[in-house]
Amino acid sequence: MREFRYERATDAASAVALLAAEPEGAFLGGGTNLVDLMKLGVATPDLLVDVRRLTSAEVTDLPDGGLRIGAAVPNADLAADRRVRERFPVLSQALLAGASGQLRNRATTGGNLLQRTRCGYFTDVTRPCNKRSPGSGCGALEGVHRNHAILGQTLEGPGTCVATHPSDMAVALTALDAVVRVLGPDGEREVPIVELHRLPGDDASRDTTLRHGELITAIDLPALGMPSRYRKVRDRASFAFALVSIAAAVQVTDGMVADVRLALGGVAHKPWRATAAEEALRGRPATEESFAAAAEAELAAATPLRDNGFKVPLARNLVVRTLLQLTEGSR
Amino acid sequence: MDTEITLLVDGERHPLVVDTRTTLLDALRERLRITSPKKGCDHGQCGACTVLVDGRRVNSCLVLAVTVDDAEVTTSDGLAAEGEHPLHRAFLDNDAFQCGYCTPGQVCSAAGVLAEAKAGWPSTVTDDLTAEDVDLTDDEIRDRMSGNLCRCAAYAHIVPAVAAVAEAEGVRR
Ligand SMILES: Cc1cc2nc3c(=O)[nH]c(=O)nc-3n(C[C@H](O)[C@H](O)[C@H](O)COP(=O)(O)OP(=O)(O)OC[C@H]3O[C@@H](n4cnc5c(N)ncnc54)[C@H](O)[C@@H]3O)c2cc1C
Ligand code: SF4
Ligand code: FES
Ligand code: FES
Repeated sequence: MREFRYERATDAASAVALLAAEPEGAFLGGGTNLVDLMKLGVATPDLLVDVRRLTSAEVTDLPDGGLRIGAAVPNADLAADRRVRERFPVLSQALLAGASGQLRNRATTGGNLLQRTRCGYFTDVTRPCNKRSPGSGCGALEGVHRNHAILGQTLEGPGTCVATHPSDMAVALTALDAVVRVLGPDGEREVPIVELHRLPGDDASRDTTLRHGELITAIDLPALGMPSRYRKVRDRASFAFALVSIAAAVQVTDGMVADVRLALGGVAHKPWRATAAEEALRGRPATEESFAAAAEAELAAATPLRDNGFKVPLARNLVVRTLLQLTEGSR
Repeated sequence: MDTEITLLVDGERHPLVVDTRTTLLDALRERLRITSPKKGCDHGQCGACTVLVDGRRVNSCLVLAVTVDDAEVTTSDGLAAEGEHPLHRAFLDNDAFQCGYCTPGQVCSAAGVLAEAKAGWPSTVTDDLTAEDVDLTDDEIRDRMSGNLCRCAAYAHIVPAVAAVAEAEGVRR
């Protein structure tokens, strides 16, 4: 592991200033992803600025029924928060489906959003990987990619990357239209969650649209007001990353879909907001047929790889089953 | 880069100079010779290194020692500081280990599970997310303990060991 300096800044602004002056430095949240990647030689910061104590560790009420989640709130505390459990069950469920009790105690909201892909070529410095080492190629494209992306990949050129974003929490936040509050060297800005993570495009090395030295300070959740749910399909019952997951919220009025939010995990380089499916559903009868048609509308764009074609029907069935469950009783 | 820290472990203060790269697990084992936390994977995947930091279970292999300078660390040894701990007794009574390598981590994790259940925290198998009280059924225990692997597969005895203490402490019906 490369040697590094460790700093605890006194406030968010000085943390940002410290990092702005150090192009190879990084913020440290719970460290459950960054320390792991440093051990593997994948991340090589020369400065760690510990931000666990200087962003808020509180969840506070917003006037409209929404919530503001401080970036340092541990995943475990967020999942257990009464307001989250009652108003945004999809978020509690997503968090509880991720990692282990120990990891959730240490992991922070900010760090969870920015955790890096679990692609085995990315985490092995002896392998080619455009994300870790731009221009070296993508080992997964023709290699082991059973758990890689089926949507929005870059399949040729220097940006080639078929990795998925591993966070469960981020999938729920994507369905919830969360807004990420960021403090940078040039001041504060708000980033809608769908604009935070990016597709690989022509540069797989960048997971997000954040610039160096930008600190996530909080996440705002607007009020939801409809039933919601998270479901995750994985190779074992607990303590495994998603093959495919879904965050869904739906409101049915007089048998018709009045409003719906859908996001998929495990299918793309970013949490995948299923806008095509949402459009196909709004104003339609809440029936199994409409749900299937909507899922198919979304997945028509899928470009599965040699070994992950199973994710297409898996995602389709997960959309249909989850919507059926959520609308039971209101259909 | 060398940094001065003080680790408060199992009630004892240890002033220490550590390289910033040192994990809590390595500081405990290699520097303080407190060897009940074990190194299995060193990547957060097995739970053998589980300790309590300020009463919360964490994987000490992914915690940098410099970040817990001001925190209270409790290992499986420390749980027995005031005499036999009910979890230690339950693991013995239920034959909940074979080689014992994962056991200190299992015990610390179980202590965390009991505290989390008493605080009313749900799990991924909890049907009613809004319920006030947690009932640590076998399924609940399995899910909540899933961050602790046992290479000897003593799971079938670990679940009843944790269940026995949960029942005695009123978080299992
Ligand atoms: C064995 C294992 C299994 C796991 N399983 C799952 C799973 O099933 N589902 C899942 O979703 N996750 C899973 N995880 C990942 C886990 O959720 C993440 O490691 C964790 O959420 C990261 O949070 P952290 O605070 O520890 O981040 P850190 O490791 O501290 O940081 C991660 C990144 O975020 C940056 N960062 C941290 N805080 C901020 C901030 N406030 N502003 C800007 N940048 C910041 C850091 O510089 C770093 O690049 C697993 C991890 C392990 C080790
Ligand atoms: S899929 Fe992305 S992360 Fe994995 S090897 Fe290819 S470029 Fe690297
Ligand atoms: S040694 Fe820490 S989790 Fe395996
Ligand atoms: S008792 Fe041997 S690893 Fe668990």
